[in-house]
Amino acid sequence: MSLVVDVLSGGVSGGTSIMYAGVGETVSERAGVINLGTEGSMLVGALGAYAAGVETGNPWIGVLAGATAGGALALVHGYLVVRRGASQFASGLSLLFLALGLTSLFGAPYVGQPVVGFDTWEVPLLSDLPVLGPVLFQHDPLLYLGYLVVPLVWVVLFKTRVGLLGRTAGERADSLTVHGYSVHAIRIGAVTAGGVLAGMGGAHLATAYANAWFENMVAGRGFIAVALVIFATWSPWRVLGGAYLFGCAIALGPALQARAFEINQFLLDAVPFVLTLAVLTILGKRTLSASPAELKRVFENAPPSG
Amino acid sequence: MSVHQSTVRALAVACAALVVAGCTSATEAGSSGDGEPGKDTTTVGFIMVGPKDDFGYNQAVYEGSQAVEAAFPDLEVLTAENVPEDDTAATTMQQMIDEGAELIFATSYGHLDAALSVAEENPDVVVVQQGNTITDDIPENSGTYFGTVYEPMYLAGIAAGTATESDKLGYVYAFPIPQTIANINAFERGAQSVNPDVETITVSTSSWCDPGKQQAAAESLLDEGVDVLTQHQDCTSTVIQAAEKSGAMTVGYHADASEIAPEGWLTGAVWDWGPVYTDIVQTVVDGDFVGSAYNDNFRVGYKTGTNPFVLAPYGPGVSEETITAIETAQEWLGTEEGSPFAGPVLDQDGEVRVEEGGVPTYADNDVMDYFVQGVIGNLAQ
Repeated sequence: MSLVVDVLSGGVSGGTSIMYAGVGETVSERAGVINLGTEGSMLVGALGAYAAGVETGNPWIGVLAGATAGGALALVHGYLVVRRGASQFASGLSLLFLALGLTSLFGAPYVGQPVVGFDTWEVPLLSDLPVLGPVLFQHDPLLYLGYLVVPLVWVVLFKTRVGLLGRTAGERADSLTVHGYSVHAIRIGAVTAGGVLAGMGGAHLATAYANAWFENMVAGRGFIAVALVIFATWSPWRVLGGAYLFGCAIALGPALQARAFEINQFLLDAVPFVLTLAVLTILGKRTLSASPAELKRVFENAPPSG
Repeated sequence: MSVHQSTVRALAVACAALVVAGCTSATEAGSSGDGEPGKDTTTVGFIMVGPKDDFGYNQAVYEGSQAVEAAFPDLEVLTAENVPEDDTAATTMQQMIDEGAELIFATSYGHLDAALSVAEENPDVVVVQQGNTITDDIPENSGTYFGTVYEPMYLAGIAAGTATESDKLGYVYAFPIPQTIANINAFERGAQSVNPDVETITVSTSSWCDPGKQQAAAESLLDEGVDVLTQHQDCTSTVIQAAEKSGAMTVGYHADASEIAPEGWLTGAVWDWGPVYTDIVQTVVDGDFVGSAYNDNFRVGYKTGTNPFVLAPYGPGVSEETITAIETAQEWLGTEEGSPFAGPVLDQDGEVRVEEGGVPTYADNDVMDYFVQGVIGNLAQ
């Protein structure tokens, strides 16, 4: 296969877990809560999906378990920051380390255990297309489900009443209170939904992409997802593009190495992060003006209202 | 469970010592400066960089420590998992010493600095390190040991070079350290010995275990037409399954994983640390460590016996004929003139690294810093 197809195809498959988590974080931040524990939700999602997959032999039950685990961890974050007014940064990071510890402990019996994961399913007709076929349509079903998640989240966020309430919680929480809505409930719901999506991202990583469980296997993808949301200025569509772009940046290293390009591997490892810094530099203040208003209060270290 | 209990106990003892006596060095309790460090020790400690059940490097260490426990029923064996390659390693070793350990196995490549500093502070304790090399003067109470894993990788290369149809083998590795470079080179040379046209394409993941990156590496290699995949990673199942799913063959590392690759499994290099650990413990307990083979950069292979690396069982794709060729090669590796790097050896640029007729020593191979001809990829150094 050509280098371009190899990198693009690798970008889509490797970027899918980041996309799930990034879209989830978008939902959460749109409602005014930053969840640095996204990495943790991915981890418990990965282990939950893997363990359930091993025990039941059904990868879809695995996804359900992973989504539940990711959502549960995010729910704790929601409770701490929304109900108890805890620092969003401290809570998110603490939950990440909790998740690291718990998954190492409970994941040990699953290391090296074979799982019935998702197999490649080539979409009839579409997979025969030149370039687009191998890049988009020769993957696993959980990846295809990802194609539906972004439009779905976009519709809910921007075309439904629930989405309007969620976004209002992130922009002008006071006005919700005036109209008798519970900002707390809306925010906790959004954070939990974000965790569910991050858990599905973890599930993709463990049971569709790498087909393995190993402690700390998310290896920073959750943090890339959080950075990506700012990078994408809180738009689910741009999160989708950005996640695949990151996936391509990660796939570029192995693809060039396999073709014996004379390039330093450690330099290649830095590409995704240089890319982030470059985009942040270019967007500059625009990221701030596009930010949900209630989120700025978090950056200013003021407690979010509500 | 004894693992956690002993770790907890070590912590408790360390805390108690701090409270009661301030920063008293625990070594005062032991004998001092008798020139027989570790003699008659009642406790032995093992620190591991990862979990004891990773189906790989650390599990092999753990199983070795259990072999020590079985061989010396009166000895208390302490083990600590997930010890990072930083100051934590030194702290953990010190805790074990505070609990009475006078022999410590620091088993990860990056534990060397911590091992040497602990050895310096505790002259009556022997600290041996697995896999790295002490380049300065070797202290009386320290040393490194390792097997010559590139010997079985050479043999596995024979199986791979015979089995490949595309003449392209793939190697997923973590970092360009000498041990890994020697493995890759030996694998390629083993394959070349039966198939002169064969190439080994290398991709690094810059991590000992990042299944996501391993998948990306495996996909890129398979896309390039590789039909035998092998690796030098701490966790191995992702690459093996990627090969199996695409119908490629696989050469394992660390553990027999034929279970997850019933079709494509060829063979692999797996571990058996028990005999080496047991011998080190015996040497130390007898008070014979100083000046022994282990008070050095000790390397064991087919030439010296008890190589901790053995060849895994063969898969269905390896013929009787190939097995015979491998057995013949193994005998040859055990002789004076046998080596995966018996000259002539050319590097990627065609420069002669080992002259015709030359046989490098284990020590020479331990500092290997070039890829041989036939290996595709470049070293980030």
